[in-house]
Amino acid sequence: MFQILKRLKAREYCLLVLITGLITLLVWLELEIPSYIEKLTPLIEAKAPSSEIWKIGGKMLLCAFGVLVSSIAMNFCSAKMAAGFSQRLRKDIFYTVEGFSLEQIQKFSTASLITRSTNDVTQIQGFLSMGIHVLIRSPITAIWALCKISSAAWQSSVATAGAVVVLVVTIIIAVSLALPRFKKMQTLTDNINRVTRENLEGVRVVRAYNAEDYEGKKFEKANDALTKNSTFAGRVMSIMNPVMSFINTSLTIVIYWIGSVLISRSPALASQNIIFGQTMAFSSMAMQVVTSFMLLTMVFVMLPRASVSAKRINEILTTPSTIVGGEFNGETEEKGTVEFKNVNFCYPDAEENVLENITFSVKRGQSVAFIGSTGSGKSTLINLIPRFYDISAGQILVDGVDIKDYQLSALRNKIGYISQRAVMFSGSVKDNLIFGDNGKPEPDDDKLDNVLDVACADFVSKMEGQKDAYIAQGGTNVSGGQKQRLSIARGLARDPEILIFDDTFSALDYKTDKKLRSNLKKAYPNTTKLIVAQRIGTIKDCDQIVVLDNGRMVGIGKHKALLKNCDIYREIALSQLSKEEL
Amino acid sequence: MPRPPQINSKPQNFKKSLKRTFSYTRRFYGPLIIAIFLAVITTVITLISPNFVSRITDLISTNLGGTIPLNKIIKTCVIALILYAVSAVLNYIVGFIMVTITNVVSKNLRKDISRKINVLPLSFLDSTTHGEVLSRITNDVDTVSSSLNNSLLSLVTSLLMIVGSLVAMFIKNYILALCAIATSLIGLLFVGLVMKFSQKHFIAQQRALGQLNGHIEEIYAGHNIVKAYNAEDEVKTKFDKINNSLYTSAWKSQFISGMMMPIMNFIGNLSFVIVCVVGGVLFAKGIIPSFGTIAAFIIYTRLFSQPLNQLAQVATQLQSALAASERVFEVLDQEELPAEHATKQITDCKGNVEFSHVRFGYNPDRVIIKDFSAKIKSGQKVAIVGPTGAGKTTLVNLLMRFYEVDSGKICIDGIDTRDLTRENVHDLFSMVLQDTWIYEGSIKDNVIYSKEGVTSQDVVAACKTVGLHHFIKTLPNGYDTILDENTSISAGQKQLLTIARAMLQNSPMLILDEATSSVDTRLELLIQKAMDALTENRTSFIIAHRLSTIKNADLILVMRDGDVVEKGTHAELLSQNGFYAELYNSQFEE
Repeated sequence: MFQILKRLKAREYCLLVLITGLITLLVWLELEIPSYIEKLTPLIEAKAPSSEIWKIGGKMLLCAFGVLVSSIAMNFCSAKMAAGFSQRLRKDIFYTVEGFSLEQIQKFSTASLITRSTNDVTQIQGFLSMGIHVLIRSPITAIWALCKISSAAWQSSVATAGAVVVLVVTIIIAVSLALPRFKKMQTLTDNINRVTRENLEGVRVVRAYNAEDYEGKKFEKANDALTKNSTFAGRVMSIMNPVMSFINTSLTIVIYWIGSVLISRSPALASQNIIFGQTMAFSSMAMQVVTSFMLLTMVFVMLPRASVSAKRINEILTTPSTIVGGEFNGETEEKGTVEFKNVNFCYPDAEENVLENITFSVKRGQSVAFIGSTGSGKSTLINLIPRFYDISAGQILVDGVDIKDYQLSALRNKIGYISQRAVMFSGSVKDNLIFGDNGKPEPDDDKLDNVLDVACADFVSKMEGQKDAYIAQGGTNVSGGQKQRLSIARGLARDPEILIFDDTFSALDYKTDKKLRSNLKKAYPNTTKLIVAQRIGTIKDCDQIVVLDNGRMVGIGKHKALLKNCDIYREIALSQLSKEEL
Repeated sequence: MPRPPQINSKPQNFKKSLKRTFSYTRRFYGPLIIAIFLAVITTVITLISPNFVSRITDLISTNLGGTIPLNKIIKTCVIALILYAVSAVLNYIVGFIMVTITNVVSKNLRKDISRKINVLPLSFLDSTTHGEVLSRITNDVDTVSSSLNNSLLSLVTSLLMIVGSLVAMFIKNYILALCAIATSLIGLLFVGLVMKFSQKHFIAQQRALGQLNGHIEEIYAGHNIVKAYNAEDEVKTKFDKINNSLYTSAWKSQFISGMMMPIMNFIGNLSFVIVCVVGGVLFAKGIIPSFGTIAAFIIYTRLFSQPLNQLAQVATQLQSALAASERVFEVLDQEELPAEHATKQITDCKGNVEFSHVRFGYNPDRVIIKDFSAKIKSGQKVAIVGPTGAGKTTLVNLLMRFYEVDSGKICIDGIDTRDLTRENVHDLFSMVLQDTWIYEGSIKDNVIYSKEGVTSQDVVAACKTVGLHHFIKTLPNGYDTILDENTSISAGQKQLLTIARAMLQNSPMLILDEATSSVDTRLELLIQKAMDALTENRTSFIIAHRLSTIKNADLILVMRDGDVVEKGTHAELLSQNGFYAELYNSQFEE
């Protein structure tokens, strides 16, 4: 929590000082009010003229108005501070995450990063706007009020203290009983969600296996656990309200009781009058004390939740990006070449290398394919080029320069990367095509039509609004194959030196696959193409084919040569095509 | 440009939803009545409590200067304390009952939604996002239950409190009562204004938060694309824009709603002074018998204005609760799968399947399958091929009766599948789908799934057949390894698990819908062998992308635009040199 609060800036500190000042003013005015009550009582008792009552009442109203104004001002400051701070916090988190490498994102998991950037910040915001205000106000009120009433009967003070103790103890017991349940609640809700999600996702399987009852039982179990847990927590917490209102109401009675005993012991009318007035004032003052302790305890109940959030946010903010760019601005004589020199790659904490001793080089305009069975490391290999991961040993050169020397943006400007899973962002088709920045002017409409054409994305012309058609979040309103073609068009729109296709073609049917490849060849003869593929048909005509097995290169060359001298390649080929077809 | 739909936060039909939500408490009418009865008692205690204070004050003030009747005062105090204690206990019992009822109600709501999922037609589920159903089962049910818990009783007690305090005030003195009511109403007016203003900003805040969530979600999920396309600045700019509007609406809503309490306090003080002044005048004139009346009135004004504010809050809470309950009932009201009147049953299936003139579309104006007819003999291995969108998976949906044919019929062993129960149809098939479906649980559980009477040996045998046994043995807990997000198991291995599951099922017929598409071709060859063993003597339907997998099929149905355009064996079709040949050769040609 404190580490997060260290991020408060001068502006927020100023606001905090202002808030403290305003609260002090507010508390002072608020505690003045009962002393007017003290004065009003004997006046009414003495049947004083109403102008006299108005005079004191008017002063009291003035105080009340002062309280109103200063509360609003204070509220303004605290709203500004809490909202401003959480705005910056969210921004810091988002910017930090944007700097993360893929590996770091996977380590945190996307879902967790999302909750940290939103829910956790909301927690902190809630704490700042509510908690800080109470943290400042309650002690000031409590101490001030205690000072004021300490001049009155000590017996009443004892009664008030007793009430506070009972209250605080009740809250602490109830919360410490309920809190573990509240913590568990999230997991149990997640459980319900998971079971339901599984049922929804596998609804065809569930029905095909006639497993409706089986799923029902699974849900029942999760549902029971959640209900039990929340019923218990709810039952414990519902003790709070009755206890609080009991303490509030009975404290008044007790104070009057004490007051009347004291009055009966006092001999003179004058002093009796004073004690009577004091008693009435005390009862309202005591309420202030009790309320402020109650709020204070509540804040300490909120604190653990907020600090868990703070800790999770801090974990992000203190994680430095593992992938840092170099200085080189990317202007090279050489264009479109890629070279791997004895590259090894291994995930941190893993024992074995995913890729070992990879060496090959690609000239401008060449197309190179990577093939191998699942888990052979072919995808990992090409993800090393845009520095999504950093290699463990060896060197990768793009245009003759080590990729670690490039500024990250300069390196990525040279590359058009098309991922395995087509990613679409909400916005128009056009927004998706011109996504990002490659250091060149934005492509015009003709250019966009051209890339859509090359990518066989003619379906766009049939969409409502064509290039302005709306793509929903996650691209749920277009099919998988359509998404894939759009993502290819997006890659082409950058006019990159090097195109990387990470298993992009497998989602396309053979005919589209074929047409797209021939389009590419015609329209982009000078662009280097690196292709990860599963189908032999897709890559047969590549200039080079790199065959991977368990992270090692077991063959490199053209289709015909590999068929002759690479066992693994021949096995893959034979599994797809018959001897005659090859 | 079509926009995503807005979520409605207002109930469409207030009365109906309220009624239905209450119908869920039917089982608890008894406890509910007890709770309301007890709540009434505690409200009455709260209402008479000012009398104690006023009596004590009177006892003191009228006897000032003389002897204070201590005994009487103490007696009053003791009675008051006992009553307060009773009221606290009763209050707790009420709370206890309500917590229990609301929890059971929300449990039943959740259960009903979950049950509903499995009886809804797939056409509904396929057109609704999972997130939407999930949010109804958690968020909406939570909203309903928490507001039920809070608002149900406050509604009763608040109304009672308002009426009670009004009566009490008018009995004591009508002039003071009118003063108190006037100031309280002014206060209420202000509070209403504040709520109205802040509501706007709260909605804006909610919307900005939603936008921010959406943006963050897609950017984090598409991290590598953002990086590869140097779009960091672009997404940051968009983020900042949303974040700024969130900031504005956040501080405004907080600021405006934060004015409520100070305003209420001020009004409280105002009414106090007015009661004092007016009361003082009346007391001086002797209209009011005692000073205690004034003291009691001060408390009554509070008892009157508090529930008024509470009612205003309950109203908004109830509104969102009913909106949520409508969303819940929307799911619960969806038309279920039609009831079955099966006239026949297949127990000993031979595996003759016939499609005759099947016509089907997911919606009436787009026909997917136009006129599909095919006769499959027992034990045949049938492959269905064709370009994307040709209707291959739709055929499976119809065969399994996930969807019903529009016209024509599908017969198994000469019996129309509509004369069978769905359960019976499902029993006839083992099915492996393209989307591997694994749930959180042990490997063993995943393989056995809902099948009963399966031994560990059966599981091991099935896994051995698909070539998973060795891999499973290398896992720390073997067959008991729990499969969850943290277990690294490849897509291909998941696929193999689902195949093993289908093997255990041991149904007379088999459907493989792109079952091997996420397995690489070498592995596929291995599975193919296992499959061949499995498909032997069983009618099997294989849908495949890779034409290599289906070359040895007995019958290949080539689909295009919802119709079978060619059928025959691989060799026959190639020699026809038609659409199939074109599809097939596109793998090799340049």
